[in-house]
Amino acid sequence: MGEDVRPGTAEAAGRDDRARRRRTALTGNEAVALAMRQVEPDVVAAYPITPQTDIVQFFASFVADGRVKTEFVTVESEHSAMSAVVGASAAGARAMTATSANGLALMWEVLYIASGSRLPIVMPVVNRALSAPINIHCDHSDAMGARDSGWVQLWSEDAQEAYDNVIQAVRIAEDPRVLLPVMVCYDGFIISHALLNLEVLTDDEVKEFVGTYRPDRSLLDPDRPVTVGPLDLYDFYFEHKRQQAEAMAAAREVIPEVAAAYAALTGRSYGMMEAYRLADAEAAVVVLGSAAGTARFVVDRLRREGRKAGLLKLRVFRPFPASEMAEALGGLRAVAVMDRCDGFSAAGGPVFNEVRSALYGLDGVRPDAAGRPQGRAPNGPPLVVNVVYGLGGRDVDPEDIEAVFDLLFRRIEGEEPRGEDGAGVLSRSLRPSPNTEVHYLGVRE
Amino acid sequence: MSLKVKSLKELAAAPQWLTPGHRMCAGCGAPIAMRQLLAAAPRRVVVGCATGCLEVATTIYPYTAWRCSFIHSAFENTAATMSGVEAAYRSLRRQARVEADFVFVAVGGDGGTYDIGLQSLSGMLERGHRVVYVCYDNGAYMNTGVQRSSATPKGAATTTCPAGEASPGKRQPRKDLLAVASAHGIPYAAQAAPSHWRDLVRKAEKAFRAEGPAFLNILAPCPRGWRYDTAQTIELTRLAVETCFWPLVEVEEGRWSITFRPKKKKPLLDFLKPQGRFRHLFEGQNLKMIEEMQREVDENWRRLEALERLTAPAEGLRRSS
Ligand SMILES: Cc1ncc(C[n+]2csc(CCOP(=O)(O)OP(=O)(O)O)c2C)c(N)n1
Ligand code: SF4
Ligand SMILES: [Mg+2]
Repeated sequence: MGEDVRPGTAEAAGRDDRARRRRTALTGNEAVALAMRQVEPDVVAAYPITPQTDIVQFFASFVADGRVKTEFVTVESEHSAMSAVVGASAAGARAMTATSANGLALMWEVLYIASGSRLPIVMPVVNRALSAPINIHCDHSDAMGARDSGWVQLWSEDAQEAYDNVIQAVRIAEDPRVLLPVMVCYDGFIISHALLNLEVLTDDEVKEFVGTYRPDRSLLDPDRPVTVGPLDLYDFYFEHKRQQAEAMAAAREVIPEVAAAYAALTGRSYGMMEAYRLADAEAAVVVLGSAAGTARFVVDRLRREGRKAGLLKLRVFRPFPASEMAEALGGLRAVAVMDRCDGFSAAGGPVFNEVRSALYGLDGVRPDAAGRPQGRAPNGPPLVVNVVYGLGGRDVDPEDIEAVFDLLFRRIEGEEPRGEDGAGVLSRSLRPSPNTEVHYLGVRE
Repeated sequence: MSLKVKSLKELAAAPQWLTPGHRMCAGCGAPIAMRQLLAAAPRRVVVGCATGCLEVATTIYPYTAWRCSFIHSAFENTAATMSGVEAAYRSLRRQARVEADFVFVAVGGDGGTYDIGLQSLSGMLERGHRVVYVCYDNGAYMNTGVQRSSATPKGAATTTCPAGEASPGKRQPRKDLLAVASAHGIPYAAQAAPSHWRDLVRKAEKAFRAEGPAFLNILAPCPRGWRYDTAQTIELTRLAVETCFWPLVEVEEGRWSITFRPKKKKPLLDFLKPQGRFRHLFEGQNLKMIEEMQREVDENWRRLEALERLTAPAEGLRRSS
């Protein structure tokens, strides 16, 4: 899990081969387009949508300038983009696309076909709010809406991580134990359009890291024709879905393995999640995406004031790292799960519900056969509250996150939630049940 | 152009990429159309198929009726899926990672082609993928129980445009998909019928030879949806052609030509009569609908003849074919 070790820090990077690494200032989209050029997929099919558009344009110029051998299919929609990469991947090609928001929504039907057909497609998703009302800015509703589509989801905090995740995604997807498509999520504009000084690999290093895709079966195998996408009824469908579930579970082993290989190459280590100052923390926030940087800054500030704050940044949302989550958060007293998406369940956002579920039953009350308390939370699981934030690109700044910690420390000190009253930037909360608080951060009443 | 498959015997002996033993209904026109089409495939073939009768009845896991590679993805995206397959082929060939020669066929029913798949088809044709797109047109969504499509003929009753006291069945004429496809400026587009198998196979051969996308619209009667005796399938497509309800035409590099002219054009009635889906037209005030339909068929034939004249190459430039 790399406790307290930040990717890209000197500590994580203490390798002698680092001297020859190239540092360069790139936007998130430039970094991802570069990763795609270096991977050099056999087929890319994509359709433009803000804030992903740059990727399509950059890639088109790589093709125009003869810098890649990729077949670039300028499809007429995202539905066709996903369909074309499904066809290409089934034909034995390494295939990629990229999208955002409405484009991802339009792909929805075919996302399931990609994963159900076990095709290792890689797709950067530049997170953007879903219509209506139409809004081009960052939130996570798009990718969260696809969370059950059978895709592995990697989330990125900045352009460096987006770049690193794209390269790792290829190996994760194509691992024979997995063979599932992978989405690399990163925040629209905040990451996609902001310039960052990052470290990139050479083309050869990337090529060597990802290798050549040689699938076991393909439509273009002249000796072994194959039928892909047959009608599969009650006598086999369930078994195939079960295999798919097992593949997703296998990704839990494969992702850290690929991360370890990547760390050996780059010095940057990634886990399923990053635990930051959690070991002795009492209160923590759970965040995915760019807000993790802000949260880390706030944690440091609170620590200087002697308050035991921590951060859990989720990198992998699918497969969901439930046991690591329980391990990391079980000993805390209060946790706020930040959702940049309102799942409209009226009972909290998607990340909240999964995190809280991972902590359920850690109460240590039931003794085992030897009479010892069970579980990793001898004092019972932490209080878990939900904070919905940043929808449609609404800024989240350190004061916002401080208000969240403030709430957590007040709860730890015994303050009961006061009906629906909010305080400061935390608006009136929803109380869907006596043990559930859903707060809205930085929204007007 | 010389025909590779010249006799019925040769047609029967051609490689059977689609094998017998599939589960389509007795008398279904679709597998007949597919077998004639694929008899003309010059090399190994990869078939992509839209959701619909052909797909569900030929690939019931763990069985497949396809000896060639086959992919089904969804209802509306066969053209896009096959665009991806063909792009992969070009890429892998260029890298010498695939050496065998392939041709590519995308197949959709009329629902998967005229309606929900039209955008995807248009994209594939416009981008110029070297794929032969084949629509087997049975004039309705048969797989889901005979609902209307934009290929359903005027006057036909389907489960979503039933005939009733206040309705004569479908009120709108069919969409002219051949014109839509050929308007993309593709090298080859044609309309064919299995009763005229020589014409069909010849068109298929041209389609496979085209240096770019090709489009074939093949009439494929459905005994269930059209409500006729299963033994009459070929006879019905013959009547469709001889009444000029389903003209046999091709559009080669923009030049329209009628490839079969009935010696004596039969009245549309002959095609309508054996089919239960038109039965209500023969009652009371609906009879005038038949006259209207006959007028439309005549008008369409005149239009095709005019197109033929209009797009004929100037004298002296005429190709010897
Ligand atoms: C997106 C989507 N909408 C609807 C369906 C349901 N559906 C499956 S096949 C079909 C009709 C197919 O009609 P057609 O393309 O004419 O082929 P046929 O069954 O007549 O051979 C429909 C409506 C589907 N599978 N996917
Ligand atoms: S319902 Fe019609 S189209 Fe479908 S298999 Fe039967 S005859 Fe063929
Ligand atoms: Mg049909």
